[in-house]
Amino acid sequence: MTTPDSVLIAAMSLINLEGDLLDQGEFNAWLALWQRDGLYVVPIDPQETDFKNTLNYACDDHEMRERRVKRLYSGESISTTPRARTLRTLSRFRLLESNDSVIVVRGAQSLWEHRKGHSRHYAADITWHLKPQGNTLLIQQKVIRLINSDDVLHSIGYIL
Amino acid sequence: MQCDNIINIKNIDTTAPAVPDRAEIAALVQHDRVHTSLYNSDELFQLELDRIFSKTWVWVAHASEIPETGSFKTTEIGTQPVIVVRDRKGTVHTLLNRCRHRAATVCEHRSGKTNSFVCPYHGWGYALDGSLRGVPHPESYADQLEKGELGLVSLRTEQYAGMIFATFNNQVEPLEDFLGPAKKWMDLFMKQGAGFPIKTGPAHRFRFPGNWKIQLENTTDGYHFPVVHRSFLSSVDKQTEEMLNFVDGSGYVEDLGNGHSVMVMIPELVDLDANLDAPIPERFTDLADALRQDHDEQQVRRIVRAVGGSGFNLNIFPNIACSMAFFRVLQPISVNETEIHHAVIMMDGGPEIANQARLRLHEHFQGPMGFGTPDDSEAWERVQRGATSGNDLWIMLNRGLAGEYRTDDGLRSDVSAETGMRAAYQMWKKLMTEAE
Repeated sequence: MTTPDSVLIAAMSLINLEGDLLDQGEFNAWLALWQRDGLYVVPIDPQETDFKNTLNYACDDHEMRERRVKRLYSGESISTTPRARTLRTLSRFRLLESNDSVIVVRGAQSLWEHRKGHSRHYAADITWHLKPQGNTLLIQQKVIRLINSDDVLHSIGYIL
Repeated sequence: MQCDNIINIKNIDTTAPAVPDRAEIAALVQHDRVHTSLYNSDELFQLELDRIFSKTWVWVAHASEIPETGSFKTTEIGTQPVIVVRDRKGTVHTLLNRCRHRAATVCEHRSGKTNSFVCPYHGWGYALDGSLRGVPHPESYADQLEKGELGLVSLRTEQYAGMIFATFNNQVEPLEDFLGPAKKWMDLFMKQGAGFPIKTGPAHRFRFPGNWKIQLENTTDGYHFPVVHRSFLSSVDKQTEEMLNFVDGSGYVEDLGNGHSVMVMIPELVDLDANLDAPIPERFTDLADALRQDHDEQQVRRIVRAVGGSGFNLNIFPNIACSMAFFRVLQPISVNETEIHHAVIMMDGGPEIANQARLRLHEHFQGPMGFGTPDDSEAWERVQRGATSGNDLWIMLNRGLAGEYRTDDGLRSDVSAETGMRAAYQMWKKLMTEAE
């Protein structure tokens, strides 16, 4: 039987898997979690909802996600070689919407990165739109709202 | 009570004992190299704030950022906070962001629209032109508050081609004289509106641990592009990659005087209104097809050419660049920290799909998650770190010197020449060593 709790647990399971793949550097497996026309967005303005008509840090369709992953593996980029180590904690999940076509979950992400002797912390509010596909879920949209997104950032050479 | 015009508005103390004299500073800049201390001497950095950022024209805004009465933005000149605001007559003012009572900033919003600026500490209120309108409970001052003398300090402000500059120096030459031959390149750059007004959108803002001049150099450094941006070049189509592999091409760098320079990477894209019959690049064919629904062929070609941006970087000393398709603003924070803003440029009222294409191109290269900026930032950080090794070594700037020749506007050499850096450092030397 599908209950709000079971829907949320299924969503959390996917979200935790996604976080682990990103921290372990299994980016190709991460790509497979996505619906092809899904959108990965890191907005500048945390209030923004019209992502296509405004400037973001990232607004990746499938091709851009693939390019981003390729770049991380390529060894051609001096800012990602060596790649930053990341460790993210995901929590405070809340089911915002659930129907046959979409599950919307908001959660908190606390991410530490470490690279070349420096550790840096990024906290973010993340909203996932997940699409039921058979027995599994695919990511339809992921919006990462950093709490300091409209302030000055440093290079982020990994996937939030 | 003192008047504005006799108040010393410098707040930088340059009397510390370790300050090098002007002859010592002059010796640090030779025609083909500069001394490493230009990157890591705190004494020089403090002098730069005084002798460069407080003495010459500094870019503060684009007119589209403050379009209406009461529109404002806050920024810094050097490290001093200012407000750029449009008053009821349409005049643009650059005001020190400092209450004339007890010095609190009167505005901490990055941008917005207002009728006045009210200090949050004791409530002194200022009009859009900076004049002091009123203070709470004035009776305690009796007749000792000379309101006419206590407006927000207003800096000399002039503009060209929508670019607004301000200066602390009332004796400096008019802005247009300062810009000189850079003006025609500014006019060319604004053609990327494709007939629509240029509008600056939001900016990617980031900091890197390095001196501001490392970034200043980079905008006129064609040599680094195929090396540092290998991963970006791998992420674009073959045609675009070939276009951006310009180091062996027919482009050039030209010293335009007063520290300004232009680096022409793609000569065919200098004038975006020209060559409209040239084939549309493959990466824009879908966009062109979509635009044809509502635009005639000439308009389509003009818009598509504009979307890709200009084929040159114009470096305007000391803090602004018109860089292909965006404005690059640099902000010194300390001797070894610099803040950069990459402001996106849109066609105001232009086709939505064309502006979306510009946004996605900007996100692809710029910003902390772009495919270009983080690699630049890593290179600049390494320069700053490397510069701590070998205190008596020099930064070499002699590339392209052999082929350099004089033009009507200045000096020109090949596209990967360090001519533009030499131009900037000669201006640095002039400002840092000229007598008061």
